[in-house]
Amino acid sequence: MVEPAVDLTHGHPHDDHAHHGPEGWKKYLWSTDHKVIAMQYMFTGMFMALVGGFMAYVFRMQLAFPGINVPGFGMVSMGEYNALVTNHGTIMIFWVAMPVLLAAFGNFLIPLMVGADDMVFPKINRLSFQVFFVSTIVILASLVVEGGGFAGAWTAYPPLSANETYNLTPLGSTLWVIGVGLEFVAFLLGGINFITTLMNSRAPGMRAFDVPLVVWMIVVASILFMLSVGPLLAGAIMLIFDQTLGTGFFNPATGGDPILWQHLFWFFGHPEVYVVLLPAMGVVIEIIATFSRKKVFGYRIVIFTVVATGVLSFFVWAHHQFIAGIDPRMANIFTITTLLISVPIAELCFVYIATLYGGSIRLTTPMLWALAFVAEFLIGGVTGIFLGAAGADIYFHDTYFVLAHFHYTFFPIAIIGTYAAFTYWFPKMFGKMMDERLGKWHFWLTIIPFNMIFIPLFVLGMGGQHRRISNYSGFSELARDGFQDIRVFATISLLIMLAAQFIFFYNCYKTWRSGPKAPRNPWKANSLEWTTESPPPHGNWHPDEMPVVYRGPYEFSVPDRIDDYWPQNEPPQRDS
Amino acid sequence: MGFFESWGHFFDRIGLIRIGSTYAADIDFLIFLVLVVVGVWFLAAELIFVYFIMKFREKGDGRRADYIDGKNKRHKRWITYPHLAVLVFDVLIIVVSFNVWHRVKMDLPENPDCVIRVTGQQWAWIIQHCGADGELDTADDIYTVDELHVENEKLYHFRLEATDVLHSFSVPVWRIKQDAIPGRSITGWFQPTVTGQFDLQCAEICGFGHTVMQGQVFVESAEEHAAWVEANTPVEAPAPATDNTPSSG
Repeated sequence: MVEPAVDLTHGHPHDDHAHHGPEGWKKYLWSTDHKVIAMQYMFTGMFMALVGGFMAYVFRMQLAFPGINVPGFGMVSMGEYNALVTNHGTIMIFWVAMPVLLAAFGNFLIPLMVGADDMVFPKINRLSFQVFFVSTIVILASLVVEGGGFAGAWTAYPPLSANETYNLTPLGSTLWVIGVGLEFVAFLLGGINFITTLMNSRAPGMRAFDVPLVVWMIVVASILFMLSVGPLLAGAIMLIFDQTLGTGFFNPATGGDPILWQHLFWFFGHPEVYVVLLPAMGVVIEIIATFSRKKVFGYRIVIFTVVATGVLSFFVWAHHQFIAGIDPRMANIFTITTLLISVPIAELCFVYIATLYGGSIRLTTPMLWALAFVAEFLIGGVTGIFLGAAGADIYFHDTYFVLAHFHYTFFPIAIIGTYAAFTYWFPKMFGKMMDERLGKWHFWLTIIPFNMIFIPLFVLGMGGQHRRISNYSGFSELARDGFQDIRVFATISLLIMLAAQFIFFYNCYKTWRSGPKAPRNPWKANSLEWTTESPPPHGNWHPDEMPVVYRGPYEFSVPDRIDDYWPQNEPPQRDS
Repeated sequence: MGFFESWGHFFDRIGLIRIGSTYAADIDFLIFLVLVVVGVWFLAAELIFVYFIMKFREKGDGRRADYIDGKNKRHKRWITYPHLAVLVFDVLIIVVSFNVWHRVKMDLPENPDCVIRVTGQQWAWIIQHCGADGELDTADDIYTVDELHVENEKLYHFRLEATDVLHSFSVPVWRIKQDAIPGRSITGWFQPTVTGQFDLQCAEICGFGHTVMQGQVFVESAEEHAAWVEANTPVEAPAPATDNTPSSG
């Protein structure tokens, strides 16, 4: 085995900009430190989650009690309802899942886990957040301009989105497209950093297959994003032209085609599912390995499977369009590719379950979130099979079955995955240990109501309830008493779940005030971020402590060792 | 076919949604098949998952975790075999799905009893019925708004169009759904099997009034339908609708 050369100069000492950089609030505004940028992304994303959650509260109240004066909002008109569901979807995907999972944890974890002092391009990283921040202001502004926010669904299908005489929101819809476009630019800038940092800044001795899986997955996700976003950015510019200059890219009367947008959108939109899924899956496998004290079952299988999933995800987009008027023969091809993607995803789930086998499992709060991710995501996965089979999609398309299905994928990703990551790396990020008892209350009061919201919605979907309707009383089959009871039940469950989030905020506040100080490695994990102080200093390690890597990140419970973990940077015993 | 027919009526029998057309039971059978296949997988996976968590939970007895890296063939087959089995079940679902898809969306049955034109606009369905002669675009066509009148057991072709934005023609009891696209005319078919009054939805968001785009289908017996046609046939032949080009926006 080749002994890695010890290079203590790896990673420049950060003295120069640590001492002469901006001070006070400017330090946070103009910081190029990846950890500060990660926090900026995280807190912006969590603020937007509150906005998106409030929207869900308002429209679920309207659905359960049509015509009610919703406390904190007022009466919900049909137009406002459409704007609420549109922006709930847009915000939760582009301003919550993406910034928190990909940008915040990508930024925080990649340099720390590969043993680098910062990203390769710190200023591009800062620019990435600044563009993202502008995009956040644009999307929030779009909600309050004259005519109201965009109300044509988060998929923004033209001609509705392209023509103000149809959507009645001339400013809102243009700002919506500009906001989404800027957000894509921000993540393109961030993605460049993720990929380059993994390739070029690994600690001495760290080979490709010594990199923790979460880093692999975030980088594969960044590559998927960068490859898929181009067509959608082109489409977004065409859409802005249609809206503001009166061009006809999507207008059949002037030779355009509304279906073109759907192809551009979903060519991005489906890989996007995996862009947010992979970081969450990476987080989960890190946590499962640590808290079952087990090596990941088939490290390389996971990487190859993830890459295969990524490649396959570019060939499934038209399953969103089976009944949209595409050539019906295409449905056959996309049914095959869509069902095939169940194979690698099932394989990942099997790997996760197999990693538990023979473990010594500790049910800490982060572990509970990670296990819940697997259990809940399975429901999202298997219900996707119904929709991927074109014959069944004829009935299910645009019903609450679809809605419940993708909430069973996105909620585990964006909420469960985020809480798993947040509670696991909280000691490293803030240097304090969170309260486990409050953490478990928060966990159970989120998971149980979550299922009580969305399992009933599967039933409504099978009963034929179609989406984006503010009041079902005019549909005889959907206005049945039983169905209305289900809607009320789901809404009350949502209220419980939203209320439970205050436990989390209280826990954060309490920990910040009086939580016990976190040691360097509270979970006895192996990867490099646990070898530095909590929280890590500027530059991540003191210049004379830059890590050197001797082994992979999952050497737990190695036979003949006293400790059941073996940090990546611990030199091998020469004499034993 | 009797076996498939009976399981195809599962969702009808439990009172969730009625079977109202010739192909509705095919679609329901496919859904039921997927439900059984993925249901078994799902339950098995969740049970093993929970069992592992219980069994391998740290109990304070000092037992250490096993060191298994998953490279060993004997271990790897616990992943490989289930994953091949997933593939086999995928193929089963694909084959049945193809059959259903071809029946509903690709193989248009010939010689319809009547051809109708359905036009979506913000926010209503404009229906052009074939009238007594069974032909479209003739003098006896009957125009209605948000009301589709059909005769039970008859084979219908429809031409689906839209004047402004996307709409989606959806009748849940018939299990039919098809987007309407401005600038195109999409042909499809249905054959109702149950008389009654059912919802006609627009399943694609179409702007401010999407919620109130509510229609009804009236599936009538031969006598009722004949009476309706007679009562509604225009006395003076209206000018045939020739201009179906969408308005530019």
